[in-house]
Amino acid sequence: MRAIAIAVLWGLTLVPAPAFMAFAAAQAAEPGRTPLPAIAIEKPGQCVEPKDVMRRDHMKLLKHQRDKTLHQGIRTKPHSLNECISCHASQKTGSVTGAGGFCQSCHDYAAVKLDCWDCHQPKPGQKTAAGVKP
Amino acid sequence: MSGDMNRRGFIAAGAALAGLTLAPGIRLIEIASAKPDNEPVTSKVRWGLLIDTTRCQSGCTECVAACGKENGLGEVKKPRTDAQWIRKIDLKELKTGRAVSLPMMCQHCANPPCVDVCPTGASFKRADGIVLVDRHICIGCRYCMMACPYKARSFVHEPHSDQNPEVPRGQGCVEGCTLCVHRVDRGGAPACVEACAAAGHNAMLFGDLNDPESAIAKRIREVKTTQVRADLKLDLGVRYEGI
Repeated sequence: MRAIAIAVLWGLTLVPAPAFMAFAAAQAAEPGRTPLPAIAIEKPGQCVEPKDVMRRDHMKLLKHQRDKTLHQGIRTKPHSLNECISCHASQKTGSVTGAGGFCQSCHDYAAVKLDCWDCHQPKPGQKTAAGVKP
Repeated sequence: MSGDMNRRGFIAAGAALAGLTLAPGIRLIEIASAKPDNEPVTSKVRWGLLIDTTRCQSGCTECVAACGKENGLGEVKKPRTDAQWIRKIDLKELKTGRAVSLPMMCQHCANPPCVDVCPTGASFKRADGIVLVDRHICIGCRYCMMACPYKARSFVHEPHSDQNPEVPRGQGCVEGCTLCVHRVDRGGAPACVEACAAAGHNAMLFGDLNDPESAIAKRIREVKTTQVRADLKLDLGVRYEGI
């Protein structure tokens, strides 16, 4: 009796597993089923760090730079937020935020809230008589 | 990059022009040699401001307007709640009727009460004496506003979207005069000082208090200057002449 029960349990667990794996593989391979972030790089060229470093560690670089800038007055360009913005702002909207914006598209995808723009200007700016002109 | 160089050139030219209008050896704007971008500020420098109230005109708000434009504050429409980094104040001695006008802003104390009371460490003093708020750490509790004897700090009540890229600011944090730290780090002078010179009043002198050869150090050695509420022994970076 006990042996039968174990056999049934094995059957229940083992049989569906390969079937499910095949289904999942088919789903992943099918294009369009998985939403992906739209990363539009409008200005070709080399970023300040390799792509995989930037994707994984850009927040660490930015945080390190922000503390050095604010507390020590170190205003080097490579890891500064303003330099990121000036290169990555969309040529259409002039911003890194908004639908399809360089920062926002990935952050929406990863569901990581961005509060940089509560204070920072997401558009590269040039000061004019009327204030900041995007 | 070229825009930056042009601005530097403009500042130097302005300083040279201003030098003509004052006594020999006294430059209105000290031509500070810009530190390299990759070096931290040091306590060898102590930035300071000298305000000559005998030159400051009552009714003139050029410094306030320049500050608002430079730092993205805009016009003050609701004086009770809008951020004010500089306030123009008119004083009158009732007995004699002598009146003076002066701008009052963050005095950049060497012993700042706002830093003492800050529960998070957001309010801090840079090595070169500039007192700032780290908005990444500020929780908006406003203790510093209560501690400041000069009413120099403002709380940002409303969201903003028109910041100057070099001066991030937003809702929910306390802020105050930064002595235009983004300009100072590049060897420039605060916007209010430039505006005052451009208006022809030359009432504001910016420079390094620690450098005995700087215009501001020479001036405060020669004439009597006042620290507002000197009794508090805060060792202010901003001094007033003629009050």
